[in-house]
Amino acid sequence: MWDYSDKVKDHFFHPRNVGTIEDPDGVGEVGSLACGDALQLMFKLDKDGRIADIKFHTFGCGSAIASSSALTEMVKGKTLQEAQKITNQDIADYLGGLPEQKMHCSVMGREALEAAIENYRTGKPVRRAAESKIICTCFGVTEGEIAKVIQENGLTTVEQVTNYCKAGGGCGGCHSDIEAILQRLGARKPVAADELITTVARPKHLTNIKRIQLVQEIIARQIRPALQRDGGDIELVDIEGTRVLVALRGMCSQCPAAGVTLEQWVQAKLREFVDEQITVQEASE
Amino acid sequence: MRTVYLDNNATTAVAGEVFEQMRPFFCEEYGNPSSIHTFGGKLAKLLDRSREQVAELIGADPSEIVFTSCGTESDSTAIRGTLESYPSKRHIITTRVEHPAVHGLGQYLSQQGYRVTELSVDKEGLLNLDELKEALNPDTALVSIMWANNETGVLFPIDEIARIVKSAGAVLHTDAVQAAGKEPINLSKVPVDLLSISGHKLHAPKGIGVLYVRRGTQLTPLLIGGHQERGRRAGTENVPYIIGLGKACELARELFEAERTRIRKLRDRLEENLLSNCPGAKLNGHKEFRLVNTTNISFEYVEGEAILLLLDRLGICASSGSACTSGSLEPSHVLRAMGVPFTSAHGSIRFSLSRYNTEQDIDYVIEHMPSVIKKLRDISPFGRDEAKPSRTP
Repeated sequence: MWDYSDKVKDHFFHPRNVGTIEDPDGVGEVGSLACGDALQLMFKLDKDGRIADIKFHTFGCGSAIASSSALTEMVKGKTLQEAQKITNQDIADYLGGLPEQKMHCSVMGREALEAAIENYRTGKPVRRAAESKIICTCFGVTEGEIAKVIQENGLTTVEQVTNYCKAGGGCGGCHSDIEAILQRLGARKPVAADELITTVARPKHLTNIKRIQLVQEIIARQIRPALQRDGGDIELVDIEGTRVLVALRGMCSQCPAAGVTLEQWVQAKLREFVDEQITVQEASE
Repeated sequence: MRTVYLDNNATTAVAGEVFEQMRPFFCEEYGNPSSIHTFGGKLAKLLDRSREQVAELIGADPSEIVFTSCGTESDSTAIRGTLESYPSKRHIITTRVEHPAVHGLGQYLSQQGYRVTELSVDKEGLLNLDELKEALNPDTALVSIMWANNETGVLFPIDEIARIVKSAGAVLHTDAVQAAGKEPINLSKVPVDLLSISGHKLHAPKGIGVLYVRRGTQLTPLLIGGHQERGRRAGTENVPYIIGLGKACELARELFEAERTRIRKLRDRLEENLLSNCPGAKLNGHKEFRLVNTTNISFEYVEGEAILLLLDRLGICASSGSACTSGSLEPSHVLRAMGVPFTSAHGSIRFSLSRYNTEQDIDYVIEHMPSVIKKLRDISPFGRDEAKPSRTP
């Protein structure tokens, strides 16, 4: 059983502002039956541009209904500019917190409000921000939506992203894409680098011998373990000045992304920890 | 507030008679049955008596009964023990609707290099036995198919399955955790090799289970060490719980016919009322080939966790296959395997009865369920135009 706060229970058992508005100024809809939760939100502005009335219909679990109800109470009397500042965390805070796995309910509330405001401004029916490509096909979550929950909530793991917007909660096929978004946003550094950053600082001037030693060490301690985790391996063939020759083994040898791995990852690592001039090439056999 | 407990496929109350039988074996008769002294050694006779009581319930010989700690241990022992006994065979057949104790283990084994075939089910939850025949091959070590489904109550034709599997030369295990005590099981007639039972599903306590091992079945033990259970399961016997389980099996056998008839009537009355009086209510699973105590009903356009929370406030205990209650984001694997549409998969509720349920319990649920569904339908954005009572054909 979920550990819901009293406020969540109150808003679930006695939801505020359920219903529809005749002739609303803005309508937003997010989610679907297939996804397991959906929210329809509509509001009416008064003559000063403040939200005079707001109503919702929600299909979903206790916290989805409570989040919708809370949101309507929070935005009543606010201008659209003020209402737009409300984050999913604000909704969760208002409810006295939500279980981590249920944070996506608060995100759904925030998204529905955005969609309703967008509908008011453009006059077009808005279902979802379709500005970026879909990453999670199971739940139809876009790159933009994933980036937004990461940035707004300071998320650092794929699991958290799933809890906040459901992305990655179905087949799991998009986990590496979500990981890439986390890394791109600086929310997460590559794991191997984290482990070593404290122990190796890049020396300024390298003798040939020192460079060879460092290349060997980085390959042994950082690069090989990471590749081996994916069923691959790497072998150091030769070092000529700043030119490093390697051979990919195991799964890596047949991997269509091998070239990318070498250049963007192996070379980047060696440049980061050994020498900016290093180039990595695959040894021809 | 009254409690109406209709979640007996999750766990059951320990029968008063069972508890009384167990009581002396904690503080007074606490001996170890393996001891030479009479204080402990005399308990071995009581364990034999329990073995007989369990064997009688399922038409087995007492020597074929191995006591374990739970249904999951029985399943794991059966499946891993068989695979270890036939190391050259690398293929397993199971179904898409097994309990996690089998389903999860199957997924683990497929990562370990075993080939796992999961048989599909149709929209009523039934198997196509031709699919089983086609999947069997000389590399098949084991077939593990449940007797009755925990979520829908749907029964699989284990006697027919057993004949097919045995003629192909594979070992057959069945998880009968939901069937034992509720369905007639006679292993002297049905050639199952291994069968799992869990105590707490038939009014014995949690923490005791049984693995039936047909005489002559090769099985490497999971727990290795002492000589207990004839070397098939090491570890000091859980004396009070084994005695309790024996009593629970005896009670189940004595009350079998009368209770089955009574419980089926209660279940049918509940089901018929909910299907007629709640809008968008649909039965999941085959109406006939089903445990007498279980009904799984989907309520369209509303979500299962929300239903359970409202029922909980009324003191009604049930469970759901919705995503939100399973802790994952997708609805139950059983309903998905049956192809239950999304409009209703998220709103599935399972009611499971026991011998302790009364007519008043059923009246109470029938009285309150329509208003619970109506409240959530009024909040839901879907199905607003068709909120009239409907009935599945």
